[in-house]
Amino acid sequence: MILTALATGACLASSRSSVAEEDLLGSNERPQKADVLVFAEGDRAGEVIKPQDLKAGGPPVRAWPKDPKTSVVRKGSRLNEVLVVKLDPAELDEETRSRAAGGVVAYSVICVHTGCPITAWVKAASGDKDVFKCVCHNSEFDPRQSGQVVFGPAPRRLPALPLVAEDGPLTVAAAFVGKVGAQQGR
Amino acid sequence: MALKQWLLSGLLASTCLVSIAAAGPIENYSPVTAERLKNPEPGNWMHYRRTYDGQGYSPLDQINTSNVKSLTPVWTFSTGVVEGHEAPPIINNGVMFVATPMGQVIALNAKTGDEYWRYKRQLPEDLFQLHPTNRGVGLWEDKLYLATTDDHLVALDAKTGKVVWDTKVQDYKKGQYLTLMPLVVDGKVIVGGSGGEFGVRGYIVAYDANTGKELWRTFTIPGEGEPGNETWKGDDWKTGGAPAWMTGTYDVDTRTIYWGTGNAAPWPGETHPGDNLYSTSVLALDPDSGKMKSYFQYHQNDSWDWDEVDAPMLIDLQRDGRSIKSLIHPGRNAIFWVLERKPEGIKYVAGWPFVYTDVWKGIEPSGKPIVDPVHKPGIGKRVEFCPSLWGGKDWPSAAYSQKTGLVYVPANENFCGGFTGEKVPLVAGQLWLGTKPEDIGLTPRPGATHFGELQAWDPATGKKAWSHNFPKSHLFGSVTATAGDLILVGGTNDRMFRAFHAKTGELLWEQKTNSGIMGMPIAYEVDGTQYIAVQSGWGVDAQRIQDALVGKVPGLENNVPQGGVVWVFAVKK
Ligand code: FES
Repeated sequence: MILTALATGACLASSRSSVAEEDLLGSNERPQKADVLVFAEGDRAGEVIKPQDLKAGGPPVRAWPKDPKTSVVRKGSRLNEVLVVKLDPAELDEETRSRAAGGVVAYSVICVHTGCPITAWVKAASGDKDVFKCVCHNSEFDPRQSGQVVFGPAPRRLPALPLVAEDGPLTVAAAFVGKVGAQQGR
Repeated sequence: MALKQWLLSGLLASTCLVSIAAAGPIENYSPVTAERLKNPEPGNWMHYRRTYDGQGYSPLDQINTSNVKSLTPVWTFSTGVVEGHEAPPIINNGVMFVATPMGQVIALNAKTGDEYWRYKRQLPEDLFQLHPTNRGVGLWEDKLYLATTDDHLVALDAKTGKVVWDTKVQDYKKGQYLTLMPLVVDGKVIVGGSGGEFGVRGYIVAYDANTGKELWRTFTIPGEGEPGNETWKGDDWKTGGAPAWMTGTYDVDTRTIYWGTGNAAPWPGETHPGDNLYSTSVLALDPDSGKMKSYFQYHQNDSWDWDEVDAPMLIDLQRDGRSIKSLIHPGRNAIFWVLERKPEGIKYVAGWPFVYTDVWKGIEPSGKPIVDPVHKPGIGKRVEFCPSLWGGKDWPSAAYSQKTGLVYVPANENFCGGFTGEKVPLVAGQLWLGTKPEDIGLTPRPGATHFGELQAWDPATGKKAWSHNFPKSHLFGSVTATAGDLILVGGTNDRMFRAFHAKTGELLWEQKTNSGIMGMPIAYEVDGTQYIAVQSGWGVDAQRIQDALVGKVPGLENNVPQGGVVWVFAVKK
């Protein structure tokens, strides 16, 4: 058993360093403070997102973080993609408001259940508010309440990406709040 | 990445495969031979459906219609894993191997429930598991074979759980994954890829059981210049789906494997004009070379997501005054198919709807179903059709009793569905359905009195012998038949495991379990005592259907707890 634990520890440490080695450009690195966000898809894919580009009340847009210094878009890992949505600031709980740029909030696009991308913006199974829905197994998350699970099998809230916007593009204020990606189920 | 780095990280990754020994290793393991796989001892369950013919029938009769009411749990084992537990416990002379979602295998003493060892695969963090499940481990000599959702085939030492070899099958980042129990034929481990929703090109592939070396790979969509490629337009064949994600069956006499294939991708047929061979088909292949001997396509230009991945059962039938070596497949497309294994290939014999459908207007003498275009999804229009996207019977398997001559089908009646087709560009590794996923509908038919329906059909006559209806639940679990005239099935949202009388359909026994049962029931024997085992653990599509029905069916149970448990029962003496 001790041997197994040691082997696991070694495995974690070495995979971390091998990621760092291969990822010289930073495209695999999680979003970092001062990154800007760019559209991930559509006609404006690659363009920097400003709060006024978003429609109040949704739907959310999919975005990648981009290092403004090197211009590297961090799309080397699907774990970096986020959903950005503009909501009425009055609807946000305190924690969410502290991470919002005006009413704009960002969350990991990767469902914490088994890792599908979250694609839908629909009326919640209960209540009449629009929420993020992962259609793979119907989990729903409320972006007004720190990405809390409001329906379905997802085991925990959706990791938020804190934002700021000072007269310009949406900018990442801090790293993801919580672990990005699926549960391992055990 | 430089080659050296790549090799290095490959090496490091392989150290991440952890086996944890509890009370193991297993002493006196019975090596699995070709002969034992061809004629498994009555007390063992070494194939997906116990025997190569896929019948899901146990010859054990110690537990039978007269004593099943005294069936009692004798031990349980919590897997510690959530999501859909779909695998049959695999039994080899007193040892049980249980595969769970997230790539675990647990070796247990089949009599006591004591753990020998556990293998836990460390899945990649960025893995996208649309179907987080596993359908079991294949056996050969003193090894086990596990197909994983991150698209590897892993050989484990059956006695210790240690990794013997680990082969990458395809790239999980492109939406390729594995969910099936490997089929082992004469030292070859044969698997097929899942992932029709990701625009893959389906395949079936064989590996050397000892070394993990790839021996052959047959694509389920023919490439340029191969017969059948002309049934696709342009480059559609490269991304056309037709995955092969369930275990095949095997005709030992003619040395032919039969494999079911999935739907064409994306869903609306307009996006991939043509018959689209060999999607929604059964393929007959040579296990030595992978060469195709024959095929039968259940329906052309699939537009309903009706994959036909559950391999047909091989049954000797007396029909219309002659003996038929049949292939029986109750289809997702709502048709109960009777086909024949003829020397010149697979031939259509008969077909009839086993649940309500508005899609088919009949079947041509060749076996080609005639579609009603009104109910065929297309681009830019909302089309409704019955049965729903999940079909008359999804992947959970039917069973055949050699005693009654009946086929027992876990059917779903009175569900319709629909979606609006749209053209969407393919992005590797992302869902590619040809509709907005949130647009997929599931609707009970007006006036529906029930949904799940356990049906007993006589494949020789096409007559339904009996059915048992579930008013408040779909039925999403495989069926097993025994010589004790028992039909065993879970699959309902009330968490029950049930035994029915094979001849009459009378409900003889039921037991509530921790979660819902999607797993395959089995029967086995150790030291003269017969046991029945099943995994309870709700998730994947059973959960999806459940969630889609909430609010549509009054009184529907809307909370089926997740979490896997192996349940083992015996008759109290
Ligand atoms: S992956 Fe999102 S609900 Fe399952």
